[in-house]
Amino acid sequence: MSEPIIEVINVDKSFKQGGRQELLVLDGINLRVYEGEIIAILGKSGSGKSTLLRIIAGLIAPSGGKVAYRGKSVFSPVRGVSMVFQSFALLPWLTVLQNVELGLEALGVDREERRARSLKAIDMIGLDGFESALPKELSGGMRQRVGFARALVVNPDILLMDEPFSALDVLTGDNLKSDLINLWQSKKTGLNAIIFVTHSIEEAITVADRIIIFNPNPGSVRADIKVTLPQPRNDLDPRFRNQVDRVYTLMTTQPQEERMKDGVVSDMVIDISYRLPAASVAEVSGLLEILNAPEHQGKMDLPDVAETLMLDVDDLFPLTELLEILRFAKVSKGDISITDEGRAFIEADILERKKIFSIHLKKYVPLARYIYDQLVRHPRHRALEENFLSLLEDYLSETEAERVLSTVIEWGRYAELFAYDYNSGVLSLENPH
Amino acid sequence: MSFIRSKLMTVYRSRLYPNYWDMLALLLVLAVIAIFAWNARQMSTPYQLGETIPISLKLSVLPFYAARTVVRMLIALLASLLFTFIFGTWAAKSSKAQRLIIPVIDVLQSVPILGFLSVTVAGFIALFPGSMLGPECAAIFAIFTSQAWNMALGFYQTVRAVPREVQEAANMLHLSSWQRFWRIEVPYSMPVLLWNAMASMSAGWFFVVAAEAITVSNQEILLPGIGSFIAVAIQAANMRAIGFAVLTMFVVIIIYDQLLFRPLVAWSEKFKAEQQATDDVAESWVINMFRRTRVIRDLGGQLARLFDAFVSIKWLAHESVKKKSVSQRQERFANVIWDGAVFMLGALALGFLIYYTVSNFAIAEIEHVFLLGMVTTCRVFILILLCSLIWVPVGVWIGLRPRATEMAQPIAQILAAFPANLFYPFIVIFIVHYHLSPNIWLTPLMILGAQWYILFNVIAGASALPKDLVQVVDNLGVVGWLRWWRLLLPGIFPYYVTGALTAAGGAWNASIVSEVASWGNQKLTATGLGAYISEYTTAGSFSHTVLGIGMMCLLVLTFNRLLWRPLYVYAENQFLLE
Repeated sequence: MSEPIIEVINVDKSFKQGGRQELLVLDGINLRVYEGEIIAILGKSGSGKSTLLRIIAGLIAPSGGKVAYRGKSVFSPVRGVSMVFQSFALLPWLTVLQNVELGLEALGVDREERRARSLKAIDMIGLDGFESALPKELSGGMRQRVGFARALVVNPDILLMDEPFSALDVLTGDNLKSDLINLWQSKKTGLNAIIFVTHSIEEAITVADRIIIFNPNPGSVRADIKVTLPQPRNDLDPRFRNQVDRVYTLMTTQPQEERMKDGVVSDMVIDISYRLPAASVAEVSGLLEILNAPEHQGKMDLPDVAETLMLDVDDLFPLTELLEILRFAKVSKGDISITDEGRAFIEADILERKKIFSIHLKKYVPLARYIYDQLVRHPRHRALEENFLSLLEDYLSETEAERVLSTVIEWGRYAELFAYDYNSGVLSLENPH
Repeated sequence: MSFIRSKLMTVYRSRLYPNYWDMLALLLVLAVIAIFAWNARQMSTPYQLGETIPISLKLSVLPFYAARTVVRMLIALLASLLFTFIFGTWAAKSSKAQRLIIPVIDVLQSVPILGFLSVTVAGFIALFPGSMLGPECAAIFAIFTSQAWNMALGFYQTVRAVPREVQEAANMLHLSSWQRFWRIEVPYSMPVLLWNAMASMSAGWFFVVAAEAITVSNQEILLPGIGSFIAVAIQAANMRAIGFAVLTMFVVIIIYDQLLFRPLVAWSEKFKAEQQATDDVAESWVINMFRRTRVIRDLGGQLARLFDAFVSIKWLAHESVKKKSVSQRQERFANVIWDGAVFMLGALALGFLIYYTVSNFAIAEIEHVFLLGMVTTCRVFILILLCSLIWVPVGVWIGLRPRATEMAQPIAQILAAFPANLFYPFIVIFIVHYHLSPNIWLTPLMILGAQWYILFNVIAGASALPKDLVQVVDNLGVVGWLRWWRLLLPGIFPYYVTGALTAAGGAWNASIVSEVASWGNQKLTATGLGAYISEYTTAGSFSHTVLGIGMMCLLVLTFNRLLWRPLYVYAENQFLLE
């Protein structure tokens, strides 16, 4: 093989949080990108994949290791690398043409040439006729096209894309994807590689030649798989479905492997500082209802679940994780199956459900148990949420600690384990003994 | 086809025949330039301290005086803008600078503006000996202090709030700091800047009027302008002159609004970073007129080209390419050094203040000033309470009726911009005539200008109440007190707090000119901190003035931190409807 265009060597990234220990976000990432590749970085939200993309772009400095672009170390954004953003990042007061021209203006290209090149890029991306429109007049898909035109007008070597389609509705996104692939295959752009970040398995398989699957906490490369299906890829094609299954399996089995001790799969045991998944009781109940429906008989393929519920990996995995933690379901090799406890829970009435949920919460979620114990012990059965927050902040970032606490408080309130006053931030026992 | 049409359009557009609109617009532009040129000559005329500048009470000179006042206002606005661009940007870009600049601006905001004037005027006179420029600068500085702080803070906040992805996009596109400033940061903050400039207009007019007639060390400096005209008219007890001055001021404010701010607001519509197109945009007949002119519009095109060139100036446009990563330890070290230096500076300042206070004042004096401060505090709070009792019901009534809101808003705007100190003589005459107690009857003067903030904000709050909520409450048959208690008061509370906070600040500022008033030979004095500052400024006792101002600063800061800010945070968390 030829020389890699981008080389990521042992990259670590940790964020410092006010005096406390550093939070490791990326751990020993190695990645090589060669000419002619489209690479997808696939992972759950919070797995550090966007951080990696920004390190490659030179927007963020790594804490350790290095990134090289065509043999030269990257310390700040380099010429030849363009980026497309999730939120489009267009300037609302500039017309489409002016937005596209901006990068050329920065490079000091003179006015006439600027205009000519921008019009060509606008043409190529299919925005003809909208040159003088303001971004707010355009639909989301059109706006992202402006984002593409702006990135491509400088004739980049590499295109980086941070969840470029996730702010768009499905149809618009698909449309833009296929246009992008056509453009890439026609070689009109002069691009030599594309790296994009996504949390959609289908999207990664539709577009990419290689998929880098990310492990969360801290972000690391779990697998690097090739997709060899010919373009255009049809997501109903059995080979495509096979790939989807394979990726789902890769994304769900590893925790189990780690839990395999003495050859037995143990249950998911978590500690007090565990990053509890952002799942609501209503969503989890909904998922259990579907699993328990007669046509599924308590067992489903995860890709099917995602399809039935129209959920992304990002939305689905937190739900399955909570179900696993509470022993309401088991996940293995891309399948999810309901447990007896899960069945008992879902078949109960509202009050009974709360009771079962409360028992499982106390038993399997150490943080909930800890809060409950503290409240029981306190003479007036009250406690400030700040206390628990500062406990969590020893292990998690500030925003993550807040999210985890508010998640557990929501579960606790549903289970009637404890009550919470929003204004004062005081937790108390629901029914003090 | 479309190509040919656009070609035709450019040919048509580039014909340089002026039309009628051109004539009108040209006249406007030339007149503005002429006023500036005339002013510049007037401002730099020689002047010695002690010399009195004759202020004529002839009505024919009023327009000229008005022009002088307006130009002062404009210069101060430009100076504020410059200050904002430099310090707002600096604070937003450097975390070191930010830790110093932002708190300093925050404190400066609560310093009574006329206090600035009495302290700085001597310095400015020394700076330009023998020229009118000294007192001119002092007056302009007073207006500057009423605008610069909130503009700089607003700018700083918007620059910091530029979405992260837009900043990253700018990095990826290799925009230089200079290009980034003009292409991203200034446009992003344009609506906020304009809004802040407009909001401090009323304070600006108030202080320009107060700052033109300055008494320092028993010497009266009268700068030609409406403020001096009124001061002289008060001395001469000339009712007619005051009436005409008020009328002139009204005309000036309306012209200023129509010729400057309306067009700017209409133009700044395009910088609103909203994602949806809306029909409801501000319009201005001036902008429309300029858009209809041919030559001037082409001139606008040229200006845009010029601006493009200005943004891409080569030697400013070089981008800073980092060759190496800065080590975190070095950065941390620099931070420690900087913080140490700032703390040293703070300690030195504290030492100096203690020394200055101890060597100049007896404890009894400080106690006395504190008590005076308490008296003025009471005044401020009683006034806020009274004003709230009046304007909250009125504001809610108006705000719930869209038609009434539409009619009331421009009127309230003009009223808010009008310098209330022009009305003082009328009330003073009233007090003198009926021999009323100045301690009670001078008090309302403080709130005369500031009360509109309460009305303003309550109207805004009431009109922002979701219609469904109002309907649901009506549907449930909730009326009378319960309706106020459960819906209206909570709904407008965040807005009301903003209004009351601003009004209190305005009242503090006004106390310096409103606790002492005169008409002809009659002089009325109320007991209070404002009167204290005002008296010692007139007497030229610098140290007492500083003591009074320092005390006022402390009180305003204390109330801001202990009352208004917590109330504001509470209101935002509790009652702000998303």
